[in-house]
Amino acid sequence: MSDFAFQMQHVAKQYPHFQLNAIDLQLPTGGIMGLIGPNGAGKSTLIRMLMGLISADKGEIEVLGHNIPQQQALAKAQIGFVSEDMRLYKNATLQWHMDFMRKVFPDQWNEKYSLDLLSKFDLISHQKIKGMSHGQRVKSSLLLMLARQPKLLIFDEPTTGLDPVARKEVLNEMMVVLNDEGRSILFSSHNTQDVEQLSDQITFIDRGSIVSSNDKESFIENWRRIRLHTTTDHGITVGSHVKEVITQGRNTTLIVQHFNEAMLAEWTQQGAAVQQVEYMSLEEIFVAEVEAKRSGVSA
Amino acid sequence: MDTYLVLSQKDGRPMYLQIMDQIKSLVAQGEWQSGAKVPSIRELAVASKVSVITVKRAYQELEREGVLFTQPGVGSFVAKNDELGDQIMKQEIDKHLSKALNHAKTFGLSLEELMTRLKKLAQQNNGAK
Repeated sequence: MSDFAFQMQHVAKQYPHFQLNAIDLQLPTGGIMGLIGPNGAGKSTLIRMLMGLISADKGEIEVLGHNIPQQQALAKAQIGFVSEDMRLYKNATLQWHMDFMRKVFPDQWNEKYSLDLLSKFDLISHQKIKGMSHGQRVKSSLLLMLARQPKLLIFDEPTTGLDPVARKEVLNEMMVVLNDEGRSILFSSHNTQDVEQLSDQITFIDRGSIVSSNDKESFIENWRRIRLHTTTDHGITVGSHVKEVITQGRNTTLIVQHFNEAMLAEWTQQGAAVQQVEYMSLEEIFVAEVEAKRSGVSA
Repeated sequence: MDTYLVLSQKDGRPMYLQIMDQIKSLVAQGEWQSGAKVPSIRELAVASKVSVITVKRAYQELEREGVLFTQPGVGSFVAKNDELGDQIMKQEIDKHLSKALNHAKTFGLSLEELMTRLKKLAQQNNGAK
């Protein structure tokens, strides 16, 4: 078994109006990575390259130990994919789809698991796809994908457009997959709350480049919002690790990257009183990192 | 695998700190007994619907504090220390009392005055019962 579910090295792709630049990314086996980025950042392009649906212009891609695109057939047998635009047959029933998947993946399909999911997701197997709600379609796709037990599960915006109950059902089933240490998940999402809760690794992507990729705990530990009260009119001097300064009279709020306690001592020495040191949410961190990168300050 | 933790996204603290607190109270209340095997990192993560790395971080910090210990290849256990529950409880109380002490200092309240207030509160609570 490979140590990595996937590895991308110096991967690039050029389109007339968009390019993906020098992507270096890897996910250790058994891990779950959340991919966060604004619309058009390149999330879907990156995901489609991993699955061999789009070829890279440059760089190396390896998925589950197989070279992409040369050995993509071997990799694809072990990749499961769910996206917003699911290609299910509208006029066929869910049962028809389940029978079809069982025939295509006879060795991988787990009938008992599929029936468990059917009842867990509250789906009706003899219902036609066209009669289903959006949430039921997403859950149907998820069922069809999970029951063949792929090693790498890729979700493109799995929770977009789902109601809170369906969202929780989907997220719960994603976590259950990780009971098996040999299986890994990559998912993209606009919902930073989902990503913050579930992910081991988090990757921020913007304008075709990776802004940063790190384990979640490091992201959270790195950033702070600090509220200071300055006693003099001079204010305080700040270094390059301070990404944003908001001053309201004698109250100053700082957004700080690479935080450490020594910074507080420094500002105290300059005559400021530290009122509060707060952790930031992943959403706030994401916005701060993207802004820092866009304004040319190295994040 | 019936142990799971309930975490809040509105708590404001990193999730690993919430996990640490909840495990400590499980130990302090004797739900997790001294020397007992605890769920694996992956089991607890999946059951609590939180990432593996977050639970791992919590376990590492708890090892550093002497609440848990890990035997590689075997699993993680509650430290063999009968005083542990007691210690955690005292630490917890001290944390709250230090906060009260600091607030008192800011308002210029002396230690004696604070003690008097605490006694009064205890009496009031008794009366209310």
